[in-house]
Amino acid sequence: MTGVQQEHTSLPLLQVRHLCKFFGRQLGCHDINFAVSPGEVIGVVGESGSGKSTLLNCIAGRIKPSNGSVLFSSSKGIIDLCRCEEALMRKIIRTQTGYVTQNPARSLKMHISAGGNIGEKLMAAGMRHYGEIRKTALMWLEKVEIDPCRIDDLPATFSGGMQQRLQIAANLVNAPRIMLMDEPTSGLDVSVQARLIDVLRKLVSGLHLSMILVTHDLAVARLLCHRLYVMKQGEIVESGLSDQILDDPRQPYTQLLVSSVLKP
Amino acid sequence: MPLTYNFAYLDEQSKKMIRRAILKAIAVPGFQVPFGGREMPLPYGWGTGGIQVTASVIGPDDRLKVIDQGSDDTVNAISIKQFFTKTAGIETTEHTRAATIIQTRHRIPETPLQKGQIMVFQVPIPEPLQFIEPKRTQTVKMHAFEEYGSMHVRLYEDVAKFGRIATAFDYPVQVHQRYIMSPSPIPKYDNPKLHQSPAVHLFGAGREKRIYAVPPYTDVVSLDFEDYPFELEQWDGACGVCGSAHSFLDEIVTDDLGTRMFICSDSEFCRNNAGNTFP
Repeated sequence: MTGVQQEHTSLPLLQVRHLCKFFGRQLGCHDINFAVSPGEVIGVVGESGSGKSTLLNCIAGRIKPSNGSVLFSSSKGIIDLCRCEEALMRKIIRTQTGYVTQNPARSLKMHISAGGNIGEKLMAAGMRHYGEIRKTALMWLEKVEIDPCRIDDLPATFSGGMQQRLQIAANLVNAPRIMLMDEPTSGLDVSVQARLIDVLRKLVSGLHLSMILVTHDLAVARLLCHRLYVMKQGEIVESGLSDQILDDPRQPYTQLLVSSVLKP
Repeated sequence: MPLTYNFAYLDEQSKKMIRRAILKAIAVPGFQVPFGGREMPLPYGWGTGGIQVTASVIGPDDRLKVIDQGSDDTVNAISIKQFFTKTAGIETTEHTRAATIIQTRHRIPETPLQKGQIMVFQVPIPEPLQFIEPKRTQTVKMHAFEEYGSMHVRLYEDVAKFGRIATAFDYPVQVHQRYIMSPSPIPKYDNPKLHQSPAVHLFGAGREKRIYAVPPYTDVVSLDFEDYPFELEQWDGACGVCGSAHSFLDEIVTDDLGTRMFICSDSEFCRNNAGNTFP
């Protein structure tokens, strides 16, 4: 039956089902449901404190959700990251996902050279040939528009924008299937932001990557995301195609969010 | 009334607890076993871990050899030997072959070890992953799940900076195809001596309160890259005293003009090699 085949190829890469996280009595996020298909870029927008980062951290296995499941379709079938063995969860997270934080200093190793930072995931995946590691690191520096002659410099000597691009390279080097990005452009100068978005767009379309992008910058969301989820007080209040949501917001909260963007 | 100690200073309960940790360490080669480190009458960093291990395994019939930087006659080695002579009344020796227990900092003797001998290492930093991941909670998991790839980052940094693997001591090894272990204070020159060694190797870290071990005839492999394989140190000259070209040499500045000479770091080996011709 062709229908079965079709269903198989359109299987979502990642499904989040009824995901809840409570910090004691404090609500992190509540009853979150969505799915990400291969190659799809999902945006999660909302004001600060709306549970966006909590959601992303739950998906990335950095905090344990109180309830619900995160289903990842790996080569060995669909695996619930919240319930499988920790060793397997860590392996999938390490090899299949990338995680880009707002502050590169939290993710990069600042006492290790740029090349070492990019090479770390390769070596973790078992590459033991220095020349190959070096070559791959140089290639990725070029891809994220960092001068390859800076390969032996410490990330601390890089500008904020360069650090952020280095972080992206270090996460993409082992060809993950999905990137989780927590406000990658905040804290950067507007012109630097534009360049970063440019790099990201090129990489995402070239590598057929899925991406979950958490941001409160609606302009970034419009440029990069296919679909948007709007969060408020830990819940998804509206979802749909990016242009549809940004041009024709239904919920009063989304309307407020969209109208609050400054227009030149 | 003269002050008397229990045999080998530590009380029997403490020794029992440390022996349990040692047994566990031998059962899981390279795994760091936590133990309740006791206060010893010497400061941390002077060998509190090694001295507790020695005190727990030593018996009245043992002959103890203690070396510091390969030498039998440095202050630390002499003091530890005196400590055990006083508290356990055991015999000490400078001969590697005659010793049943050898406590060491920095070296494994040049004379090959034999079946039945126990090497006790004084370890300052037991955690090889500390350089990559400072959080203890994380390194425990990395060991448990065998997430060791990032160990090579340290070697990568060496090659990127110096064009070769410049790590000369504390060179990480993989024990029994499983745990990554820090042989801690020994030079990488001594790493191959751990591989398939007939002796038992016990590592005690007093400040960090960990014990780990390499049982006899166990594989110990030094980490490296395919294109930058593990290499031993080499020296331009031979030992200035005994003429040996096959031992670990120390470089010594002999005057204010910068004249220098190489001599064996292992004083017993050097003396035997020179035919006992120097005092």
